[in-house]
Amino acid sequence: MGVIDLAAFAEAVGSSGAVTITGLGTRDGAVAGVRCVSAPKGIEWVQPDEMIASCGAGTPVQELNAALAQHGQRVAMPSSGTVGGALAVGHSDIRRLGDGPIRDVLLQARYVSSTGEVVKAGGPTVKNVSGFDLCRLLVGSRGTLGFLGDVIVRTRPIAARSQWFGASATEPYEVFCRLYRPVSVLWDGEAVWALLEGDAADIAEQAASAALQPCEGPPALPTGSRRVVPPADVATLTGTFVAEVGVGVVHHAEPWSPPSVDERAAKLEEALKHEFDPTGRLNPGR
Amino acid sequence: MIAALVDELRAALAPERVRTGSTELGLYGRDASNISGTAGAVCFPISTEEVQACLRAAHTHKVPFVARGAGTGLAGGATPLDHALVIVLTKMNRVLSIDPINRLAWVEPGVLNLDLSRQVAHLGLHFAPDPSSQQSCSIGGNVANNSGGPHCLSDGVTAAHVLGLEVVLSDGSVVQLGGSEAEPLGLDLRGAFVGSEGMFGVATKVCVRLTQNAPAVRTMLMDFDSVEDGAQTVSAIIAAGMVPAALEMMDQLCVQAVEAYIHADLPVDAAAVLLVEVAGLRHGVETDVARIIEIGNSHHARSVRIAQDEAERALLWKGRKSAFGAIARIKPNYYLHDTVVPRRMLPKVLRQVYEITERYQLQVLNVFHAGDGNLHPLLVFDKRDPGVMERVLAAGEEIVRASVEAGGVLSGEHGIGLEKRDFMPMMFGPADLAAQAAMRRAFDPAGLANPFKVLPSPAACGDVQHVPEGSWV
Repeated sequence: MGVIDLAAFAEAVGSSGAVTITGLGTRDGAVAGVRCVSAPKGIEWVQPDEMIASCGAGTPVQELNAALAQHGQRVAMPSSGTVGGALAVGHSDIRRLGDGPIRDVLLQARYVSSTGEVVKAGGPTVKNVSGFDLCRLLVGSRGTLGFLGDVIVRTRPIAARSQWFGASATEPYEVFCRLYRPVSVLWDGEAVWALLEGDAADIAEQAASAALQPCEGPPALPTGSRRVVPPADVATLTGTFVAEVGVGVVHHAEPWSPPSVDERAAKLEEALKHEFDPTGRLNPGR
Repeated sequence: MIAALVDELRAALAPERVRTGSTELGLYGRDASNISGTAGAVCFPISTEEVQACLRAAHTHKVPFVARGAGTGLAGGATPLDHALVIVLTKMNRVLSIDPINRLAWVEPGVLNLDLSRQVAHLGLHFAPDPSSQQSCSIGGNVANNSGGPHCLSDGVTAAHVLGLEVVLSDGSVVQLGGSEAEPLGLDLRGAFVGSEGMFGVATKVCVRLTQNAPAVRTMLMDFDSVEDGAQTVSAIIAAGMVPAALEMMDQLCVQAVEAYIHADLPVDAAAVLLVEVAGLRHGVETDVARIIEIGNSHHARSVRIAQDEAERALLWKGRKSAFGAIARIKPNYYLHDTVVPRRMLPKVLRQVYEITERYQLQVLNVFHAGDGNLHPLLVFDKRDPGVMERVLAAGEEIVRASVEAGGVLSGEHGIGLEKRDFMPMMFGPADLAAQAAMRRAFDPAGLANPFKVLPSPAACGDVQHVPEGSWV
């Protein structure tokens, strides 16, 4: 089915010695001082009536979205960098409330393992429970379990209409609770922004019911840290921030030290990384 | 060995919640599949601490264990083998907390799927995964099997609705995977656990996402003279950029069985019937309904029936969800398959299903999630007929093979369990299976959690034994 041959990529990754991977370098890029490879690029196919597409992990997200737009579709991931980079880092876009998390986007991956083998995870259909869900583990694994070679992703229709609205609000849930499945609701402590999509008449009714006015959006996101908190904690945030209401992702101006992970969960992570890459050669330190 | 384990469990739980009588062993020796096994003992813990005690004891005595909920699984995933300890979680059935604003709930694994939706209905919310067994299946079972259902077309399967888990690992330790946070740091252990079919540990608490009920819902029935027209309507709706809430198909034999059972005035002379539900805000719903009718008409729909009220909508859905009860009027036994094919391959694979079953002289009803290509061929038979079971199994294997060859997968929502374990090499090579075995080893190095399932033996390094002979009924 695929036209991308992963043999050359597998050979480049090899089976020994530290190795790192980079795409467009939009996120953290390569690990410094380590031999660097890049994943294959290019769109293999788009199947609009299946709402799936296949591409090399090194394909820029914008290139994939441009090809999908011809069929009135898009992929639910942040639009910067490469498809593989977005998946490996695993941060969802600010549309997460409506689109769901980026980890739901990956249906099948072929990756190169620490032993230099090509391994397939998942399957090509939107619904699939054949075996363990290795795809979920790969999304957000920052290349430590394997380097993504090519992927099959789920696509979504582009809505008939899409419009940002705003209002001043010191209580983030006033607007949130009035809306039916908004695509995004952002709050900076003083104002709220909401992205509504769908039928124009529905959007107008929704906006009116929550006393929202059309505005430019989204607001500029502070880049000091991207925190993840229980969504109920959004109401108690301080400082300079833009929070994703109903999700709990917070774009903060100040840096953040993440709370320590459950000790037993950390041991599980270690065990998984050891199983997949016993010598820690893939993206060391990530 | 098992006697010492039972003594330890009786001391840790309560004597009446550890059973070894032949009735209980028989009852819990199987799930809703056609596969039977043998349970060594059955216990009913009521807390995380008691589940820990069970797993510690099993670990000490090196006895495999099988956690189960309501046992509605159809792939033998909860069938105990080799006198395993069966841990029944149905007594852990409390909804622990509900956050109506952020739309989350923490529940115990024994909470029934539909009970959760009923308990949050007054908040205008529901739990989106809706397997046809939702009146009787448990949330813990949904987590283990990453269950789907008709409405997963637009809302996603269980994995998209589980945020966090409290899990007891096979050494008895407790770990929290994920939480109420959307994107916990580190590896997505919660995502890896969902769909692990009881082989990674035992979930004792689940944090689920609750979904807003749609303000407007329209349910309609379209019928066709050919299965092809129905299937092409499905593809055309999706290609037009619409994702209905549900898009289900029934073939003629199924419609006839259902109609005889529920009397809903269904078109029994149609070759195929599509049940389409559109949900959302009212203007968008009406626009989509009009477009879907237009697409249906251009694919020769004979008639379109739109449910006029909630009672009629409920009746149409009752027809869909009671299909499995209805078939009892045809034959006493059934074998339900579950594969997925690309939507555009539906007509071709359905033709193959009819051809295969005809060749094996079996009756087949098709009732399935057409919107996501999830086929459910239902073979009906009377197991007292000599040699029929062999024909059912052989036909089933051919159906699975045809689905995979059409670019599909082994299972869309029932899981692999024992049923399809040995079919895994149809989809995965040795390196792919080794990676899945590695996942399992990291979670359960002792290999005691529900062994011998999912992974065919060569890849499951820890599992040295094989499935006992004669496990098929």
